[in-house]
Amino acid sequence: MEQKHTISVLVENHAGVLSRVAGLFSRRGFNIDSLAVGETTNPEISRITIVVKGDDYTVDQVSKQLNKLVDVIKIKILSDNDFVGRELLLLKVKANAKQRAEIIQLVDIFRANIVDVSNDTLTVEICADQDKLKALTGLLEPFGIMETVRTGMVAIQRGKDCVE
Amino acid sequence: MIENGAKAVVNILEQHGTDIIFGYPGAAIAPFYDKLLTSSIKHVLVRNEQGGVHAASGYAKTTGKVGVCIATSGPGATNMITGIATAYMDSIPIVAITGQVLSSQIGKDVFQEADITGATAPFCKHNYLVKDASKLPGIINEAFMLASTGRPGPVLVDIPIDILLHEMEYDYSYSFNIPGYQYQFEIDEKQIEAVCQVINQSKKPLIIAGGGIISSGSKDILYKISHEFDIPVTYTLMAKGCLDDNYERNLGMLGSHGTYSANKAVHDCDLLLIAGGRVGDRSFNSASDMYQKKTIIHIDIDPAEIGKNITVDYELNGDARDFLHAIHARLKKSDREKWIVNRKKTAELESKFVNGDGTIDPKDVLLCLAKHIDDDAIITTEVGQNQIWAANLIDIKTSNMFVTSGGMGTMGYGLPASVGCKSGNRDKQVIAIEGDGSLQMSLQELGTIMQEDLDIKIILFNNCSLGMVRELQSLKFEKRHSGVCLKSNPDFMALFASYGFKGARLYDKEKIEEEIEKMLSYKGTYVLECIVDNDNPTIYR
Ligand SMILES: Cc1ncc(C[n+]2csc(CCOP(=O)(O)OP(=O)(O)O)c2C)c(N)n1
Ligand SMILES: [Mg+2]
Repeated sequence: MEQKHTISVLVENHAGVLSRVAGLFSRRGFNIDSLAVGETTNPEISRITIVVKGDDYTVDQVSKQLNKLVDVIKIKILSDNDFVGRELLLLKVKANAKQRAEIIQLVDIFRANIVDVSNDTLTVEICADQDKLKALTGLLEPFGIMETVRTGMVAIQRGKDCVE
Repeated sequence: MIENGAKAVVNILEQHGTDIIFGYPGAAIAPFYDKLLTSSIKHVLVRNEQGGVHAASGYAKTTGKVGVCIATSGPGATNMITGIATAYMDSIPIVAITGQVLSSQIGKDVFQEADITGATAPFCKHNYLVKDASKLPGIINEAFMLASTGRPGPVLVDIPIDILLHEMEYDYSYSFNIPGYQYQFEIDEKQIEAVCQVINQSKKPLIIAGGGIISSGSKDILYKISHEFDIPVTYTLMAKGCLDDNYERNLGMLGSHGTYSANKAVHDCDLLLIAGGRVGDRSFNSASDMYQKKTIIHIDIDPAEIGKNITVDYELNGDARDFLHAIHARLKKSDREKWIVNRKKTAELESKFVNGDGTIDPKDVLLCLAKHIDDDAIITTEVGQNQIWAANLIDIKTSNMFVTSGGMGTMGYGLPASVGCKSGNRDKQVIAIEGDGSLQMSLQELGTIMQEDLDIKIILFNNCSLGMVRELQSLKFEKRHSGVCLKSNPDFMALFASYGFKGARLYDKEKIEEEIEKMLSYKGTYVLECIVDNDNPTIYR
């Protein structure tokens, strides 16, 4: 069955690693939903969080093929309820003086922030799981969304388990 | 000692026992060629960088060492790509070294700059662009280690010219440590026990041997299992030579161009033990549902191959040799009935095709050739009908070696591969089976053969056609032959003679044996040009 899977990958922080990983996905026809990269506490190691769509066979292949990349140190497929996933969204919405209050109210409900304001726009920042981002975006849609920027999801396991 | 990077590379090649390398020079790699002059390593100047990689491949396959090939930056490096991709598909250990433009110029599209690490990433086991001279020795060592361990494969090292020229005290101490690279696998005895139990219970077990049997040195243990426990074997193209072709339980090659017995056995068996093979689509029809009804055990060193193309009941991830030994130790003598009896091999290879006047049947040539070659002769093939005929008709022994491009099916592989085979095995007979199309894809390597004074016996099947594609068009496109006619072939005899090679043209069945004997007893490169009917099929129906 097709569904989203979140994969946490530790890689050596070498030049070209990202292109190897991205290349592998396109080459083998895997669909990336999102991809986020950053250094870990060890500057020689980076973490890539990948959200991929596919059935069990696809995820198994993704993980095995990633494992074959020499720069990949470790892979963990995060199981659904066992991790906290967050994504940052910056969203610029049309807002004249009259609409401002209504938008700010919505933003408050979502515990999001206003990070920039101009005569006819508001820029909203929200860091949450993907469902919340979708919900807020939906509510702001009628005002006229001008631009959105998303980071892709990062995820960490719940409890004491780590991918290290 | 203060040395430059080029010297450091040469030193490490020597440390790894590299005695011959195949290459082509140019400006960016010139510092390396300079240091080669004072080294014990022999350089074979090929005529095209692709040939250099194929030669390194032939060398690696027949010597058990890592093949090394060299090219300059830009076009030299890009010429290597087909060779690298070919080696990657067939899991051949190769270290390819390319020169690169100055580090400071990379990315500026300077003369002969090409992003070869980017271009070859999909076809390499791993590759490196060296950015720091002090890491150079470690990287070359790592390249050898990666190429030759686990599932072997090509590794490319791209070295900017300033690094080749960089003078410093190079540190050669080295310990292999790549945290994410696993190449040794434990055997789970419980799993082996379970596997042996299902094999013991099976009424119709069959082993499919893949190329991993050859590369892991498992021919002996394969024979022992087959012989002692009465299990028939079929092989993929990459595993030809895993067992003596005349051994009674050897059913020949399987798959789209395999033998009737082999394919029937795959169909009829109740258990398949796939050993060291990647379940490629020319050997397995993974769209078929017949595999679901069988117990499938798959041994492979590459976990990503297990379960990729067919669903497997027992995943044995590791070295084929280790697993086969473990299985052999636990199998019980069974009282199962022989389920394959009296394979009628000659009848199977009987073709109803009638050859036109003035042509000979490749079968007659190859059957005769098999009778006369040395027990340790090395055979290379091209791609096409010539390859399938060679695979199905030359009966070889386990002491023979069969060198061919399987996964990629690269025309123009065989002749340069034979250069590598002969360079690494001067004492052995090397026979190159050629097609007229494929030969002309690597024709220039005749110059290498001449310059190196290699003694290669060339059997050229001249059907004035791209026979394999022509056959496909006959079968699938109602004989609409398009773009497959090689009407203007050169006078091959005159062409070979211009390189100083002897030879004969063969179109009379009566002369086959005499000509083959003449060829094999001649000292030096000799060509037997066999005139073949272009309707002669590979698939007998
Ligand atoms: C580089 C490359 N180009 C194209 C093909 C497709 N192809 C496969 S077999 C074949 C014909 C080979 O002709 P020849 O070498 O004369 O062999 P024959 O089949 O006639 O024995 C071709 C064109 C290929 N395998 N490799
Ligand atoms: Mg031909």
